[in-house]
Amino acid sequence: MAAALAVSASFLAVSVVLAQGRSSGKPLVAAAPGYDPAIYAELQKAPEKARNRANPFENDPRAVAAGAILFEQHCAECHGKSAEGSPKAPSLVVREVQSATPGTLFWLLTNGVVRKKMPVWSKLPEPQRWQLVRYIKSLGGPALRAESPAAQP
Amino acid sequence: MHWQGDSVVSFSRRALLGCLSFSVLLALYLPVAAAQENPYFVAYDHYLEEPGNLEIEYFSTLGTQRGGNNFHAFWTELGYGATAWWTTELYLDGQTSFGDSTVFTGFRWENRFRPLKQEHFINPVLYFEYENKSGADKILKEIEGHDVESDFLVANRQAQKERIHEVELKLILSSTFQGWNITENTLAAKNLSNSPWEFGYALGASRPLALEASAKRCTLCPQNFIGGVEMYGGLGDRHSSGLHDTSHYLAPVLAWNLPSGWTLRISPGFGLNDNSHGFLLRWGVSREIAGFGSMVSRLFGGQQ
Repeated sequence: MAAALAVSASFLAVSVVLAQGRSSGKPLVAAAPGYDPAIYAELQKAPEKARNRANPFENDPRAVAAGAILFEQHCAECHGKSAEGSPKAPSLVVREVQSATPGTLFWLLTNGVVRKKMPVWSKLPEPQRWQLVRYIKSLGGPALRAESPAAQP
Repeated sequence: MHWQGDSVVSFSRRALLGCLSFSVLLALYLPVAAAQENPYFVAYDHYLEEPGNLEIEYFSTLGTQRGGNNFHAFWTELGYGATAWWTTELYLDGQTSFGDSTVFTGFRWENRFRPLKQEHFINPVLYFEYENKSGADKILKEIEGHDVESDFLVANRQAQKERIHEVELKLILSSTFQGWNITENTLAAKNLSNSPWEFGYALGASRPLALEASAKRCTLCPQNFIGGVEMYGGLGDRHSSGLHDTSHYLAPVLAWNLPSGWTLRISPGFGLNDNSHGFLLRWGVSREIAGFGSMVSRLFGGQQ
């Protein structure tokens, strides 16, 4: 039994090292705050119906504060305290994210990108996901949003 | 090396104690991730561990026993998010039968896989587990086949002589709708010593007490509490499937996700027929260690 226990513990340790080693070899972003634009292509996969959903918290000033707390609890570990990105996950303070519709960000949060390490966040209730979107969209400022292709004539 | 009798028990106890101590040190000193854990003890939903994070959990089950000694069964769980679609966990089990003894009863190695890339109305997760335990195991983490209360009457010294190697498969189907999680688990287990396949089920429903997050940091906010109920039991085996000679339980569940990263869970469970234990009181505490995979990788000279 001791041998079987040792084998099982070894499997757990090896899976930790292998999984981490594989992700270490292919970071999602080159280095914070730089990023690989290809990762943001996931945003383009949002269906039109999802893209067009409006944020019910758009005009709720408390949503930014609530979203900031949620971001610190669930997102900052990978995306950085100011959403500037880290070797684990890309920056959210970039044109691609800030120019995306709230519905697109909500869709990505809900579905995750499980093949690229972004977990599914539907375990957060829908209002909390919208509060997070409201906070993320508040980070860019008007200048970044003005660079958006959608804002171009 | 040949292990026998007392030396195996002694090694197992040292391993369990060592693992518990290591877990406590990790939980107290490494950076934590805020949790949003479900309240279930037996049922599983479709959410896996976050990639690279290690979750350390301790659970207890206090059970009543008609015609024998009540018991306190306990287990430690180390769950790691290998990827966003694969979680692997190691369990170490033990129990104290009052008026009898305390024994280490075995270990389990569990894997859960999420086959679909995106969220759907019903989300499947495939579950595979290998168990190496003794007949004295009483954690009641799953009820299968014709498991009944009288199985637990055997004294620890006698029950420890029975060695069980078992594989267990589960299909987890879970949905989230308007804040509710509804999950249904079907299980099939096979004792590798020429026993028939046994079947069981677990159902769960839960919801946070509030769906919106508060704009202020708080410990007692309703959004930090998730309440629900789970029901689980056996469905017989390949030769005699059905509900006869099976046990079933209904248990309200409550989880409190503290902002500090700790999660507390409690669940009083009630036996639904004469084959079931009359009452089970379960509680548990867990903490998620952020970036554990990166730390291990750095130990071996890898990048972050």
